[in-house]
Amino acid sequence: MSQQGAVLYDVPGPRARRVTTIVSLLAGLALLVGAYFLVYRPLADAGELSMDKWGPLIDPGNELFGQVWRRLGDGLRATLLAAVFAIVFSLLVGTLLAVLRLQLRQLRTRRYAGLSRPLALAARGLGTGLGWLTRVFVEVFRGAPVVITIFFVWRVLPELGLRPPDLSMPGLPLPSLMWSLVIGLTLYNGVVIGEILRSGMQGLPRGQTEAAQAIGLSSLQTTLRILLPQAYRIMLPALISQLVVVLKDTALGFIITYSEVMRTANLLAENPQLRNPLQMYAVVGVIFILVNYTLSKLAGYVERRVARGRRTAIPPPAAAPEEVAAVVR
Amino acid sequence: MDVILNNRDAFFSGFLLTLQLCVLAGVGSLLLGTVLAVLRISPVPPLRWLGTSYVNVFRNVPLTVVFFFVVFALPTIGVRADFLQIPGLDQVFTRLGIQLPYFRMAIFALMLYTAAFVCEALRSGVNAVPPGQAEAARSIGLTFTQNVRHVVLPQAWKAAVVPLGSVIIAMIKNSALAGFFGLTGDLSATFQQLVSARGQAAIPVFLAVAAGFLVLTIPLGLVLDQVERRQAVTR
Repeated sequence: MSQQGAVLYDVPGPRARRVTTIVSLLAGLALLVGAYFLVYRPLADAGELSMDKWGPLIDPGNELFGQVWRRLGDGLRATLLAAVFAIVFSLLVGTLLAVLRLQLRQLRTRRYAGLSRPLALAARGLGTGLGWLTRVFVEVFRGAPVVITIFFVWRVLPELGLRPPDLSMPGLPLPSLMWSLVIGLTLYNGVVIGEILRSGMQGLPRGQTEAAQAIGLSSLQTTLRILLPQAYRIMLPALISQLVVVLKDTALGFIITYSEVMRTANLLAENPQLRNPLQMYAVVGVIFILVNYTLSKLAGYVERRVARGRRTAIPPPAAAPEEVAAVVR
Repeated sequence: MDVILNNRDAFFSGFLLTLQLCVLAGVGSLLLGTVLAVLRISPVPPLRWLGTSYVNVFRNVPLTVVFFFVVFALPTIGVRADFLQIPGLDQVFTRLGIQLPYFRMAIFALMLYTAAFVCEALRSGVNAVPPGQAEAARSIGLTFTQNVRHVVLPQAWKAAVVPLGSVIIAMIKNSALAGFFGLTGDLSATFQQLVSARGQAAIPVFLAVAAGFLVLTIPLGLVLDQVERRQAVTR
């Protein structure tokens, strides 16, 4: 906030402060009036503020309160489960994909000195072909909307004769449907994370690769031991924000009738005893905001930590703070 | 392959409708996002709070929830996005004027959601301008308007254009959700219809629809790469 102030405005003097206060009061008043006519009146006129509609969600004394929240809790658990699986698999797939693409890129320029000419050509052709294939794979799944991918996975698995197993255990529902959602999310986010990691590895100074080769590491060893760990570290904030995206996209499970929190809320809102879509969606929205806001804050914290870590890597100044303080004293 | 050739008209009109949706929602979210960005960098605290809370709400809510809210909850208080029936514009984009509200609602939902990200892209642009620039402008006696017009905005725009582009690319992909919320005839609705109702081979249909979206996103991505590279040189 203060930084923007510094760009656009001078430090306000007494007159500017007075003007700001008056304008603030007027703007605040205008906002209140606007909220009354544009939000409160329409809601109240349509009877959307009545306790009939809000009670089951916010009043513990309401007879439906317990039932509604138990269902919403189940839905939230289903959302979080799918999100956790999708995140873990996306990280795995992303890492594999990034390593694979880097390796294939190096294969393209390899000479195969030991092989006869036609064999060497065939090997190079294979490397190039695989490189193109992974490239197309990445472009298709990164470019297709994730909704479409999820729906596609759900439809194509039975068509191919594959049906994800129902691994539900008592107290831990892992239905077949969840895996379709997880696979769909993994295809998209795995590709995105793969590209994040790949650009992280390619952005590293060339000296890293050269030094690794100089001490005799193979190209796979170089990638796994030298480049990948650094890429994870640099790209950590980007990876965490991608996790927020995964969590949000889990709500798309309603499309394949997976009972995550949004679909549960929708079914509840259609219940003749409730009939409160507006209130129900608002509550689900608040739940998502709380979870994601916390995750975003975590991302910011990690980003600062990473930045600090890099600073301390530079040799510290000669005098420790205590010594300086002692001298000043 | 037959699936695609037999339904090429459906794919083509679906592509055109998705394009219309993206153009309208894109323009709408750029306008709303600019207003929000102005609110967020204004010197008036209540307006700043309004902008900040809007962005925090819409960045953290899934687009699915926004769609549910706009399509199923708002009609209960009589809002059916009718303000988008803009005279003149509905001559060009005929879906705007029709009775069924789903096209308008899809635009409205996409606009509300994307505007938060547009606002953040613009704000990060303004933040990227070194404070010394504006200080120098003030010290040679430029007024606030002159300062913003000639010094801050041109530089902010340069820093904001690439993030803005990625926001728009994301919006194009997000527009596929509209087909699952009542809109008929766009790419994702065509996809669903061919895959589920008519039981067509899912893989070729998926590839065709993905290609439809790639046609929209890849050129935009290439332009952005170009801009980024040019900026890297000028810097």
